[in-house]
Amino acid sequence: MRFRVQVMRRPGIADPEGATTARALNDLGYAEVTGVHFGRDIVVEVDIGDEAAAHARVTEMCERLLANPVIEDYTVERIL
Amino acid sequence: MRVAVIVFPGSNCELDTVHALRLLGAEPDLVFHRETDLSGADGIVLPGGFAHGDYLRTGAIARFSPVMAEVERHAAAGTPVLGICNGFQILTEAGLLPGALVANRDLRFICRPIHVRVESTDSILTRNAEVGRVLRIPLNSYEGNFVLDPSALEALNDRDGVLLRYSDSTGNVGDGSNPNGSTNSIAGTTNAAGNVAGLMPHPERAVEEILGSSDGRVLLESFVSSMEAIPA
Repeated sequence: MRFRVQVMRRPGIADPEGATTARALNDLGYAEVTGVHFGRDIVVEVDIGDEAAAHARVTEMCERLLANPVIEDYTVERIL
Repeated sequence: MRVAVIVFPGSNCELDTVHALRLLGAEPDLVFHRETDLSGADGIVLPGGFAHGDYLRTGAIARFSPVMAEVERHAAAGTPVLGICNGFQILTEAGLLPGALVANRDLRFICRPIHVRVESTDSILTRNAEVGRVLRIPLNSYEGNFVLDPSALEALNDRDGVLLRYSDSTGNVGDGSNPNGSTNSIAGTTNAAGNVAGLMPHPERAVEEILGSSDGRVLLESFVSSMEAIPA
């Protein structure tokens, strides 16, 4: 079973890549761009038959390692 | 006084750290990250480098190295624990120090001497220094931008947990003397007990005039003297 974990910087925490890219888009004429935020996609494959149990395990992995709760939020989504 | 200098796969400042500690009269031992017993250590240093390739986040994987349970135990027991650069990043990932280190504001690797101002002397890293003293020490990092949310920042300031701030050569703190965009120009912090400290610049590279500065000495001398002051 495969899960997509998306890790995003929490609002208010500095995201230098996002800020720099937003400025570049503004410079290209996209004046409507007010923010760009970088995240990270991680696909985790697990050998568990039950989807709820697998989801709970991957969530635990996010809490412990895949995301840093001090600065990041995450979502976990089943993918094919 | 025996200091365990932890070597992670990808550490690269451990020998500089050993050299500096010896110079200051301590007895450093290189300890591989798979070690699980640090019972003979009077102090612990997590040196600079790129532990585990900085994959995922800097320090994120090193924080779970087998030795870290023992580092956490020592930290809780009051043993002086110092993290330099990557070691600082590992201590924040481990939750032993607040905040996190992210990419520099200008997305450039910074490798040059910078100035920091001593903000508090209530720690193993600054106890021999004076508040307001300006030190010239090399900075060598891409992910040196210290961040934390506003409430955590307030708590850190309230308990005098900021040890060093980036400044100019005369001690003025501001955006112009903040090399990497760190929140509040923070370059080094300590925990509430004052026995765990971390900083992004490299004091071990500034301990002899031949290195261009010996300003790092007072910080490492503080660390060495704190081992004598705190029973292991």
